[in-house]
Amino acid sequence: MAEERRQKQCSVTLPTESMKAMAESVGVGQLQEESCVALSEEVSYRIKEIAQDALKFMHHGKRRKLTTSDIDNALKLKNVEPLYGFQSQEFIPFRFASGGGRELHFYEEKEVDLSDIINTPLPRVPLDVSLKAHWLSIEGVQPSIPENPPPATKEQQKTESTEPLKVVKPGQEEEGAIQGKGQGATAPDGKGKEKGSIRLKPRSTHELSVEQQLYYKEITEACVGSCEAKRAEALQSIATDPGLYQMLPRFSTFISEGVRVNVVQNNLALLIYLMRMVKALMDNPTLYLEKYLHELIPAVVTCIVSKQLCLRPDVDNHWALRDFAARLMAQCCKTFSTTTNNIQINTFFFFFRLSSWLDEKTQWTARYGCIAGLAELGPDVIKTLILPRLTVEGSRIKAVMEGSVVSNIDKIGAEHVQSLLLKHCASVIAKIRPQPDTVEQYRTDYGYLGPMLCSHVIKARTQAALQAQQVNRTTLTITQPRPTLSVSQSGLSGSGGPRTPSIIKVPSSLTLMSPRPGTPSQPSPPATKYIVMATSAGTASTQQVITLSSSQSASPVTSTVPSATSTLQPLVKVESGSGPGLAASRPLQKYIVVSLPPSASSSLEPKSSVLSTSVSSTPLDPGIKLERSESPGVSTQSPH
Amino acid sequence: SSDDIMSTKFILKMAAVQGGMVDEKEEVDIKTEPQSDGLMNTNATDGRQLSPSPSSSSSAGSSKSAAGAPEDQQTLLAVLQFLRKNKLTESVEILRREAGLPEDALDTKGADCSAPSSGGTAGGVDGLDAGSLLSRVAVSSSAGTPAPTKVADDQPDVSVVLSAYSQQGDPALYKVYYSDLKKFIESVLDCHRAELSQVFYPLFVHMYLELVYNNHESEAKAFFEKFSGDQECYYEDDLRVLSSLTKKEHMRGNETLLDFRTSKFVLRISRDSYQLLKRHLQERQNNQIWNIIQEHLYIDIFDGMPRSKSQIDAMSGSLAGEAKREANKAKVYYGLLKEPEIEVPLDDEDEEAENEEGKPKKKKPKKDSMGSKSKKQDPNAPLQNRIPLPELKDSDKLDKIMYMKESTKRIRLGRENLPSICFYTFLNAYQGLTAVDFTDDSSLIAGGFADSTVRVWSVTPKKLRKVKSAADLNLIDKESDDVLERIMDEKTASESKILYGHSGPVYGISFSPDRNYLLSCSEDGTVRLWSLLTFTCLVGYKGHNYPVWDTQFSPYGYYFVSGGHDRVARLWATDHYQPLRIFAGHLADVTCTRFHPNSNYVVTGSSDRTIRLWDVLTGNCVRIFTGHKGPIHTLAFSPNGKFLASGATDGRVLLWDIGHGLMVSELKGHTDTVYALRFSRDGELLASGSMDNTVRLWDAAKAFDDLETDDFTAATGHIHLQDNSQELLLGTYMSKSTPVVHLHFTRRNLLLAAGSYAA
Repeated sequence: MAEERRQKQCSVTLPTESMKAMAESVGVGQLQEESCVALSEEVSYRIKEIAQDALKFMHHGKRRKLTTSDIDNALKLKNVEPLYGFQSQEFIPFRFASGGGRELHFYEEKEVDLSDIINTPLPRVPLDVSLKAHWLSIEGVQPSIPENPPPATKEQQKTESTEPLKVVKPGQEEEGAIQGKGQGATAPDGKGKEKGSIRLKPRSTHELSVEQQLYYKEITEACVGSCEAKRAEALQSIATDPGLYQMLPRFSTFISEGVRVNVVQNNLALLIYLMRMVKALMDNPTLYLEKYLHELIPAVVTCIVSKQLCLRPDVDNHWALRDFAARLMAQCCKTFSTTTNNIQINTFFFFFRLSSWLDEKTQWTARYGCIAGLAELGPDVIKTLILPRLTVEGSRIKAVMEGSVVSNIDKIGAEHVQSLLLKHCASVIAKIRPQPDTVEQYRTDYGYLGPMLCSHVIKARTQAALQAQQVNRTTLTITQPRPTLSVSQSGLSGSGGPRTPSIIKVPSSLTLMSPRPGTPSQPSPPATKYIVMATSAGTASTQQVITLSSSQSASPVTSTVPSATSTLQPLVKVESGSGPGLAASRPLQKYIVVSLPPSASSSLEPKSSVLSTSVSSTPLDPGIKLERSESPGVSTQSPH
Repeated sequence: SSDDIMSTKFILKMAAVQGGMVDEKEEVDIKTEPQSDGLMNTNATDGRQLSPSPSSSSSAGSSKSAAGAPEDQQTLLAVLQFLRKNKLTESVEILRREAGLPEDALDTKGADCSAPSSGGTAGGVDGLDAGSLLSRVAVSSSAGTPAPTKVADDQPDVSVVLSAYSQQGDPALYKVYYSDLKKFIESVLDCHRAELSQVFYPLFVHMYLELVYNNHESEAKAFFEKFSGDQECYYEDDLRVLSSLTKKEHMRGNETLLDFRTSKFVLRISRDSYQLLKRHLQERQNNQIWNIIQEHLYIDIFDGMPRSKSQIDAMSGSLAGEAKREANKAKVYYGLLKEPEIEVPLDDEDEEAENEEGKPKKKKPKKDSMGSKSKKQDPNAPLQNRIPLPELKDSDKLDKIMYMKESTKRIRLGRENLPSICFYTFLNAYQGLTAVDFTDDSSLIAGGFADSTVRVWSVTPKKLRKVKSAADLNLIDKESDDVLERIMDEKTASESKILYGHSGPVYGISFSPDRNYLLSCSEDGTVRLWSLLTFTCLVGYKGHNYPVWDTQFSPYGYYFVSGGHDRVARLWATDHYQPLRIFAGHLADVTCTRFHPNSNYVVTGSSDRTIRLWDVLTGNCVRIFTGHKGPIHTLAFSPNGKFLASGATDGRVLLWDIGHGLMVSELKGHTDTVYALRFSRDGELLASGSMDNTVRLWDAAKAFDDLETDDFTAATGHIHLQDNSQELLLGTYMSKSTPVVHLHFTRRNLLLAAGSYAA
């Protein structure tokens, strides 16, 4: 009887500070504390009253979400003029600001330029209401068609696989009832046995319907076929379709068999496709993959450490496949590792043992895969396993690089291993090693790789510092930018013309804008993306993504993306106004060059990579116009 | 006979309405007609019966107090004063005459003022006033006062209501009193404890309100914090309202408060337990609590065994306690009306089918007898002409024949034969679908939307067509056989039509049985009648001044019922612009309204968590069902008229025996508001649809069979519910992401469900 919750219900009122703030906003300066208290109590009470009425409208509207129109209707009930001009949005981003000892949550309303609205093409008319009929149940059995929810939820798949003979007790029949009665061909005979408290688990059928067979055929063909668009569609389907549960064993076998065959045949492309399938399966939130990991993990691991994955190891980029598969493996460990299956630990030991067996005779390819696999498991693993081996590996690399009789393949392999080690170790060392970084110290500690590591670590440190600074004032920098790093032009241009700020190059080795592991399907060097953010007084900030392909002939593709400033951290900002007089005479136009935080790896060289790609801007135009002056510097930027 | 005259009148009226014009003269004519038939309620001894005009309604209400409480002339004067203030001069006159007061008893200087103000507001104000007075003189223990309280705050009447709280003890001692009682109740024998625990909640509320009223804010808060946790969880919503109320000023115009004041909280306690409580309070000199119990609670004492905790829990939960036993004693004619005998013409196709089976002759007479004989013997059926019903038209007869034919092809449902469910999903409705209805023959679907539109779809290949314009109608040959086809305009044929007219979300929708009309009710306070021949609005019924939550046509057409935020349900006839009956008594919004299959009763569900059954003829409330723990959102009668199912926001479905006034079963399973309920055509199954995206099927036949009604339970209403929901649940069907808003069994027992996809 006693309900212990609902404790605080009585005393929830608006803070008096809010009353003060509101009074100030309508011009009442000194509101007495007592009035504030009285007001806040009254206002809180009325707000609650209206909220209760609004709930009524929500219930009758048969919704779960309260909308602004519900509040309007509730106000109408009280004979209060409703609030006009508010519309329900899915998400109202309140932003937080503090300063002067005050803290505020506010809803940032952007100013809208009417001419922009007039000039943009009309949006598509929303679709009209339409009716669609489907069979929810046919004589008590729910057909498995796309309109109905997938027959088994993830939890059910799990219970089915882990506790196949679970006894359904009358008390917890809820779930069993759905399974036994709601669907499945077992429903009629299940009913007869219902009287006994034990019901046999409905045998999970492994026969696919004709539609499912067709689907499976289409999907697998598209995944390994030659048409990239089809493949994308098929992968999308695998990653999102809720009804794949029945086909999971087939997919799993398809992948493991496919990898086995194609590793032997050194078919790199197909291996890549298969790994993308694994990725898609892992991305599907409705699938319970645990049962099939015994097939998938060996396939993935094969793609990491296999000696040869392609026909021409000197030309083909099988390294990307290894990276991709290593990342998959890491993701797999994160998602599926439990105390019972110990995937994480097993993976860890696998790579560890493998790496300890590595000797002179081991191929560089396998060595690379092994290190990549370990490195992806996280900084702790790097710290305990890779760092102690740096000296040994360094000497091996040295032997190859400086030796004379090695083959080209070995040399490429050694280079890749070297850059891999540098990439992963630098950030870890930067965290654990105290400053200062001296080349000599590094050489004694890490041998051959020492000097290179040293420079990478320094870079990592400066970068981290930069980022830390930027993080602290993201919200403020946009409205009142205080650039931390002003890049001044080397040559002073005429004061009358607009200044031409530079763009800073971001590394092209990683795909920007995409949090997913880079897809190694493109053999040509990936396009470079620059993101330029401009702010000027009175205009909304826009971002421009400029994709420059490395070949000189290509013209930059400029696209404006809606500002999503929260995800991007400004690294460097370039201020275009130099003289104070100039800045005062016209609104300041600023460019902020940003790159994605994770991609800010060792290869970014903020200071040295100031390019001569110039951006000229017309101050009166709120949008940015970018002109790329034909400068030779553009094409030389590849860090590799 | 007079019946015939009536019927012809109806037809005339229907024609007139269809034409979009209501002749005023005829209006008057019709209005007087039912009065002589006994339809109009002239019996003024019950405050709940209200006749169409609001002014006379108030007179009915107050004359009651005049008759029932001769001791208080002051009250009468107050009423008169109030009426005069609101310029209801006619009412003043009538009341004065009835009370036998001399003209100068009242300073009638505004008597010749302007005409009575518009119906709704006046009615509302009246209700409030009547409510306050009733409670003050404590004449009536009936729970019935229409009390929408959104009237001006400066009325002195509210303080009249509240003044009962002015007596007070030491505020610091309230906690002591309460915990003293708590200790006592916790120490009594187990068999009494559950019963006596019932007094906690009403006592708690009244004591809290007393503290608030007397400006002991901090004591009130402390009291609330200390003891609110002890209350039953199903009072949580009310407690939330209560908790926000911490100042005397808040009490003005607060509905919850007025509900508590104007209606006594009803408790059912056995005599032994009551004696125990009484003795304790008198021993301890706990006058504070004793006063509250005497003044604000109604204790319905019964002889016999005290009830168990589960029995009490099953029935409690409503805003004002349980129903009094005598409230459910009136005789209800729940039987069905005799079906008119219609000669079923032998259909070729039908005959062939039956010939194949080889027993065509057996079936034929059987069918006829089913239609007439069995119904004749039903002792529980009301008289055929108890309520005047419209006469069958030829098209209705055709429809009845269709119905009979279809029902011979009906699938017998049961445990082993579950129905197929066809789900109609409204796509791109953007969460705006608020109401759905199917025609009885399942050929049309209508949807009400939050954007004020009503849309009608045809789900058969037959498209929706309008009638031709008047000019074109003149050209057609009126003698031809297919004149009904010819009047339709082929150019307007489409699968769906949109009806514009409302100015707020449409919350209820209902097809007329003959499929020629559609009713819709909306947030804008109106109920609209649409023609499905012209697809235009014919009438807007104004009366509810606040949102109208639900409306439904009578199964025989012509009448309809609506209920809304103003806490009353109204019975209308399509040709009257004012309601025929106002069913007042609910303490909160009337959220859903349904007609009994025999059209003699109306059932309403409310957010005061009670269900009331009203007699259409007398306007009396004949059943009050309590037991739901949340606002009721859907109701359904079983096809035989004996049982009622109700669904609420608490996700439970309750089954009720109307004749005995008993709860029959509790169906637990849904995890969210139940918005749709429907019995299969043969009454074997109950389908329920909910916000939790599921349709569930329940074995209704078994639930009703299991019912044990001995004399004792029938007499006391104390039922033992078995917790057999899981046995009764036959199937659960999950939709992807579509809350189920409406359910409908076709004539062949195929289940149709509808809802809008919530992405």
